[in-house]
Amino acid sequence: MNLKCDMENNHKTTGKVAGIIANLVIVETNGPVSQNEICFIQHQGVPLMAEVIKILGRNAYVQVFESTRGLKCGTEVIFEGHMLEVTLGPGILSKNYDGLQNDLDKMDGVFLRRGEYTDPLDRDKRWNFTPIAKPGDQVSAGDWLGEVSENGMPHKIMVPFKMTGNYTVKSVTPAGQHKVDDTIATITDENGHAHKITMVQKWPVKMAIRQYKEKPRPFKLLETGVRCIDTLNPITEGGTGFIPGPFGTGKTVLQHAISKQAEADIVIIAACGERANEVVEVFTEFPELEDPRTGKKLIERTTIIANTSNMPVAAREASVYTAMTLGEYYRNMGLRVLLMADSTSRWAQALREMSNRLEELPGPDAFPMDLSAIVSNFYSRAGYVILNNGVSGSITFIGTVSPAGGNLKEPVTESTRKAARCFYGLSQARADSKRYPAIDAIDSYSKYLEYPEVQSYLDHHVGDTWLTNVIKSKDILLRGKEAREQINILGDDGVPLEFHERFWKSELIDFVILQQDAFDKIDASTPMERQKYMLEKVLEVADASFDFDNFEEVGSYFKQIINQFKQINYAEFNSEKFNAYMTELNTMIQSHLN
Amino acid sequence: METQAFQKIYTKINNITKATVSLKAANVGYDELALVHGRLGQVVKIMGDDVILQVFSGTEGIPTNAEVVFLSRPPQLKVSEQLAGRFFNAFGDPIDGGPEVEGETRDIGSPSVNPVRRMQPSHLIATGIAGIDLNNTLVTGQKIPFFADPDQPYNQVMASVALRAQADKIILGGMGLSNDDYLYFKNVFDNAGALNRIVSFVNTTDNPPVERLLVPDMALTAAEYFAVDKNEKVLVLLTDMTLYADALSIVSNRMDQIPSKDSMPGSLYSDLARIYEKAVQFPSGGSITIVAVTTLSGGDITHAIPDNTGYITEGQLFLRRDSDIGKVIVDPFRSLSRLKQLVIGKQTRKDHPQVMNAAIRLYADAANARTKLENGFDLTDYDERTLEFAKAYSEQILAIDLNIDTKMMLDVSWQLFRTHFNKAEVGIKQEFVDMYWDEQRVIDLNMNE
Repeated sequence: MNLKCDMENNHKTTGKVAGIIANLVIVETNGPVSQNEICFIQHQGVPLMAEVIKILGRNAYVQVFESTRGLKCGTEVIFEGHMLEVTLGPGILSKNYDGLQNDLDKMDGVFLRRGEYTDPLDRDKRWNFTPIAKPGDQVSAGDWLGEVSENGMPHKIMVPFKMTGNYTVKSVTPAGQHKVDDTIATITDENGHAHKITMVQKWPVKMAIRQYKEKPRPFKLLETGVRCIDTLNPITEGGTGFIPGPFGTGKTVLQHAISKQAEADIVIIAACGERANEVVEVFTEFPELEDPRTGKKLIERTTIIANTSNMPVAAREASVYTAMTLGEYYRNMGLRVLLMADSTSRWAQALREMSNRLEELPGPDAFPMDLSAIVSNFYSRAGYVILNNGVSGSITFIGTVSPAGGNLKEPVTESTRKAARCFYGLSQARADSKRYPAIDAIDSYSKYLEYPEVQSYLDHHVGDTWLTNVIKSKDILLRGKEAREQINILGDDGVPLEFHERFWKSELIDFVILQQDAFDKIDASTPMERQKYMLEKVLEVADASFDFDNFEEVGSYFKQIINQFKQINYAEFNSEKFNAYMTELNTMIQSHLN
Repeated sequence: METQAFQKIYTKINNITKATVSLKAANVGYDELALVHGRLGQVVKIMGDDVILQVFSGTEGIPTNAEVVFLSRPPQLKVSEQLAGRFFNAFGDPIDGGPEVEGETRDIGSPSVNPVRRMQPSHLIATGIAGIDLNNTLVTGQKIPFFADPDQPYNQVMASVALRAQADKIILGGMGLSNDDYLYFKNVFDNAGALNRIVSFVNTTDNPPVERLLVPDMALTAAEYFAVDKNEKVLVLLTDMTLYADALSIVSNRMDQIPSKDSMPGSLYSDLARIYEKAVQFPSGGSITIVAVTTLSGGDITHAIPDNTGYITEGQLFLRRDSDIGKVIVDPFRSLSRLKQLVIGKQTRKDHPQVMNAAIRLYADAANARTKLENGFDLTDYDERTLEFAKAYSEQILAIDLNIDTKMMLDVSWQLFRTHFNKAEVGIKQEFVDMYWDEQRVIDLNMNE
């Protein structure tokens, strides 16, 4: 990034188009260029944005973020002297961006026009600024100078991340209404030079923002309200997870549910190479949905990066990095960010297309050899951090993976498995039998359950028997699965009665805890307190020893119990109805006890 | 065709492969068309002054000293109301003996719709086929393929869907269509008196395969004209997308690209998405709905073509021959319309979602009973009844030769529930059972409406 700093002020490197293969363009340059530098191809008066991805001698290979139709050899190219950057400042929330952070709502017309780039921020809007730093304070990159309220969220104005070294605050603008480009502070460096700070700064998306004190292991539970995540395979604040699943298994519904319900301050959704109508669903629904904690509309704390499957492929690759960088920006304000990317497979495919045009030797399934490294590098940017002032912030990242042919051994799934700590595998069989969410509770895992700091957090915040109960219910599920296999092989009459009981006890957990109706107002999201209560109740049944005469009796008894539990799931917690169902349930349980 | 005075004519071709030629030429634009020995070709690669052209109709018989003229434009289509009722080839030239179309010239393969300008699809498309309308309801702006084996009557089903769909325009994009099927479509549309609402772009098996690559873009350019300029509801039929993908793999192979899964190009997902994502509901009321056909080989949906398609489209429809009734049915288990939630129970009767789910669940119970029977276990009375239900359900709901409205479909389903099950076994919300279980009451209700 600093390579050409001296040059920037003098003159820009230029070049001429020397070759075109789809969106890979070869540019003959007349000066220094750097890897990942941004350039604009001046195609018939329309600037086409592109990124350098390989340099061979004087030839720079650039991937163009637009269609190259009609482009000719000899066309002038101007290099910008910086990498692909995002603009950071107040006004990012509730925006709809494309993969390069162009504000989609500012574009004219129904169709996207080639070479149309729009400002990600609103320059004329006035923000209510309050100072945080005082003259004389020692500050460095990422430190808070002031604050504006962005849709009710405290948006910190920081010392720009690019500024290295230590500075002294000379002056901070007093509280008042300001535009993003107004100077809100002046700070002096060690040589006494004064620097004016506005509310806007830029940062290259491919670099992680590391202006924090430390990055400890995550330990706090992030509630999602989805029972088979929170109860069985919890994710932490600052954790990483991935959801692989064949098409039609409910990846997107699950992702939407998590983004609506999770205990996060900021939600960033990267719709990366997926269906446009699904993004439209978010555009249509989120402005209507109320955030239960703030009473505001969900869209006010959400930013959407939409680079749908028909939008240019190279920008698809950029879109996940854009989303991550915006997340890191908000994390540095001490906020909890939830970042969802649907789907990282499309991003990997974008990498494959480019690697193919560059004629690199391919890895498995023609993906680039370094796919695994790229994926881990990206996942590692998420996490829980302690900022310089001791405040904590986090990015929880959940990506979906669309495995080719539903095969979980394909390269993208395998690479992601190495990087992500939680695995939520969606099962075709569960989806086929309409058991939603179709997360396979037996195959899925959360590495966080093994972290001592997470275990002690759960002991203190959920209950000291919680972890034991979670592990117990996993065992019941597994034993139930084994029992069912035996029943299928030997027939209903061919196995001892307890096999049926074992099987039905696992069905009980499946129907009551795992399955959840994402379209029901109450059942869609279950708070931790209620999850704990329900799990204990279910385990009470599972622990009980019952008196049955034959296998048909087992099935019909448990069907009744399950039905009763389902009614409870649909009722408001601790409401009159809820308690009435509970009393009925207790009678049912008592009636059959051994 | 369209050479003009003072155009530079090149006469030295350096390399010729089965699908491409390369030559030295200057000032050539990417994607530009050229005439090579009188055949259309398109620029696919430029390296300095080396230009590689993909020749759509193949390079058989092209000599190294053939004339090459660049046309300075990408593939285009002239659009106007005159398109209606006409048949064209992959290049947009009439093949029905009629005159050239006059109108505005548009580049095909135009940019995408800005996602924030799309509307959520919300209008139901009625087809009269209960396997679709009841279980897998279609919505304007949706894209959905038939996943079918080559021996299944997908083109017939598609033709009936098209004719019943009450679309303002139907655009047929035929790729690798057999001449018989082409004539079939022509006859069906003609007999239905619908020719004036239909525009066809057809590449038959007689034509070179690479020409097919132009068909979807031609069809969709015409579709966008009617949907955007005329605010019409347009239905686009694309058959068969597997043959389109095969043509993509031929070209990528000739270009020495490294193949990914199943010998398909690595860009298959993006290539297919670019086409399917043209399905859209515009804010002005116009819409483009795409119904496509993806033929499978031996029902294998893990092959790269159906697999990538499944991730792009909003559901898929499976056809299956039901040997119990000797008819083709829409498979209720494997078929899915992702957008049905937007209309069922809202634009159709309120009991629609519950009836649909209950019937499919009972049909699944029948499948389990059948497995039990095959494995030699005894059937219970309930099992016997599900089997009887399944047969009647196949016959009266799932068979593709039906043409009834959704209200009728729901009434028939209730009738089947009554005949074979008790109320508790059907497990539908009480308010609907109260309303529709009693036969006489249903008849009264319908009379009053």
